[in-house]
Amino acid sequence: MRPFTKHTGLAAPLDLANVDTDMIIPKQFLKSIKRTGFGKNLFDELRYEDEGQPDQECDGRPIRKDFVLNQDRYKGASVLLARQNFGCGSSREHAPWALDDYGFRSIIAPSFADIFYNNCFKNGLLPIVLQAEEVDQLFAEVALREGAQVIVDLENQTVTSPSGATFEFNVDNFRKHCLLNGLDDIGLTLQQDSAIRRYEEKRMNDAPWLFLPRGQ
Amino acid sequence: MSGKTLYDKLWDSHLVQQRDDGSALIYIDLQLLHEVTSPQAFEGLRLAGRKPWRVSSSLATPDHNVPTTKKERISGVDGIEDPVSKIQVITLDDNCNEFGITEFNMKDIRQGIVHVVGPEQGATLPGMTVVCGDSHTSTHGAFGALAHGIGTSEVEHVLATQCLVQKKSRNMLVRVDGKLSPWVSAKDVVLAIIGAIGTAGGTGYAIEFGGTGIQSLSMEGRMTVCNMAIEAGARVGLIAVDDTTIEYVKGRPYAPKGEHWDMAVEAWKDLVSDKDAQFDEVVVLKAEDIKPQVTWGTSPEMVIAIDEPIPRPEDQKDPVKKEGYARAWKYMGLEGKTMLADVTLDRVFIGSCTNSRIEDLRIAAQVVKGRKVASTLKQAIVVPGSGLVKAQAEKEGLHEIFEAAGLEWREPGCSMCLAMNADKLGAGEHCASTSNRNFEGRQGFGGRTHLVSPAMAAAAAIAGHFVDVNEFVKH
Repeated sequence: MRPFTKHTGLAAPLDLANVDTDMIIPKQFLKSIKRTGFGKNLFDELRYEDEGQPDQECDGRPIRKDFVLNQDRYKGASVLLARQNFGCGSSREHAPWALDDYGFRSIIAPSFADIFYNNCFKNGLLPIVLQAEEVDQLFAEVALREGAQVIVDLENQTVTSPSGATFEFNVDNFRKHCLLNGLDDIGLTLQQDSAIRRYEEKRMNDAPWLFLPRGQ
Repeated sequence: MSGKTLYDKLWDSHLVQQRDDGSALIYIDLQLLHEVTSPQAFEGLRLAGRKPWRVSSSLATPDHNVPTTKKERISGVDGIEDPVSKIQVITLDDNCNEFGITEFNMKDIRQGIVHVVGPEQGATLPGMTVVCGDSHTSTHGAFGALAHGIGTSEVEHVLATQCLVQKKSRNMLVRVDGKLSPWVSAKDVVLAIIGAIGTAGGTGYAIEFGGTGIQSLSMEGRMTVCNMAIEAGARVGLIAVDDTTIEYVKGRPYAPKGEHWDMAVEAWKDLVSDKDAQFDEVVVLKAEDIKPQVTWGTSPEMVIAIDEPIPRPEDQKDPVKKEGYARAWKYMGLEGKTMLADVTLDRVFIGSCTNSRIEDLRIAAQVVKGRKVASTLKQAIVVPGSGLVKAQAEKEGLHEIFEAAGLEWREPGCSMCLAMNADKLGAGEHCASTSNRNFEGRQGFGGRTHLVSPAMAAAAAIAGHFVDVNEFVKH
């Protein structure tokens, strides 16, 4: 996994609460058996006028001009400012894959849906929860000046606004460690294989019915 | 020290290793797999040269994008017309063959929606940890199992290590006290709960549903309630084990037998919250107050009882809510309407992991029996949750009741719940749906979804608009 340490980037404000996973990546694009290529269909229904199809070229499609990512000033944005309960709905990891593929590295919101929040960390994306007033301030500052950049520092757990205001955020130590070092979760867990086997043996003894072979 | 909640007990019995930062390694007993969220996980295993830790803990079936018409189903996977869907289903078959995982493929009568199939086979058992790359995995909590949806990276993690890195959730109790009114179902109960606490109300919590209003439900009804825990923001929904649970599990193909059965039942009796258990949050609803529910907007929390007027954006005080309501009103085309009965329906969908079990179909059939679908409706479809549900319904003659009334009787799958197959809404079309999400575009680009119970959907199919099923059946 790609490590995340410190990132400075253009912030795009998506001023909408309860953005769900169907909005982030509509279901017709979930049919791919790959992890990449979802970026062009990120926010497809908010972004384009027509109904997108898998494998379709997106360059000539009619766009919704008022949608934030279609505005010239937010081209190349890598930090997404969002509102409460971002990522609610499905467990589909295609949502963080699409955000990542588009070029986002971090999402800042007052709250996230649990599964989405968790899925971000598995893909080198950093979801950050800030106080509602702090998010409001970021929205205001980003609107104020074109090209406004935000600094996200995972090591120090801070977000710095375009005007230089600094906000602290919380993150689990383990997740932080994995993200800073780009560590593969599975490899780390497999280092504990003897603990897993010990548990399994005890469990097999207590609840043998859970370990019966399953035929076709 | 206070007692333990059911969630605490399940957590403790699956704890492999506690970490200092509050995260923990949790052992997983059952992983259900389907075609949409597993291909990248299997690919990851192959790339890393890893093997599944314990193949007998997995069970797979394609569901999300299988077609539901007889014509397309007759030749199994070869009959899928959409080439992209076909590749995904073939990929699941290939992966299960390669890794030796039990799969009910498209030609197997046991194929169906994972959350219908697991319980039906007795693969889902009380006291288990159950995961699946699908947020509606909370369904299995109805069995006193710790069940939740995961992303594809975690699907791969569980395949490779049999464990998940988790942080313990907080405990919430949602109690429904009293007796439900006639024609008020589990679906109405859970929609009323979401209406009360909101779609983020359960975020960070494991919700245990209790009280006499829940205990009186069948297992099918309990699954409907737990299924939608995620729509209240909670990854986990739970219901304590009782005789209803044990009766349901008994004799199912993968349920323990003989000596193992006796041992298991003894252990399962402890799968209830202790009397002195402490919950971080308690919400109480009165069963008598719950009326048939219908969603009016684009989030499951935008829900009202059928006899209530649609809430207007201008009456909302909170600016975020006001804006959300205005957006939903526009998307749903509600201008000029006061009540949901004023909305003319285009389609009706009875199915999904929320409401496609035999009990749901029986209730819907009871409502439409001897009646005809409204001529203004473009389509009404009934999609059973599995091949076995379909067979049972046909044995009872339910399919004939549906077809005589003008509803289409389909093959099992997720179907119009998320429109990954050919079953979808056209732009601007209103649908009475027994599914679980009414997000923008969920059932098709520009489609307008109203979530309801099977009885309400059936009554709406006949009337052509929403009606109170209680009143409806009297005429």
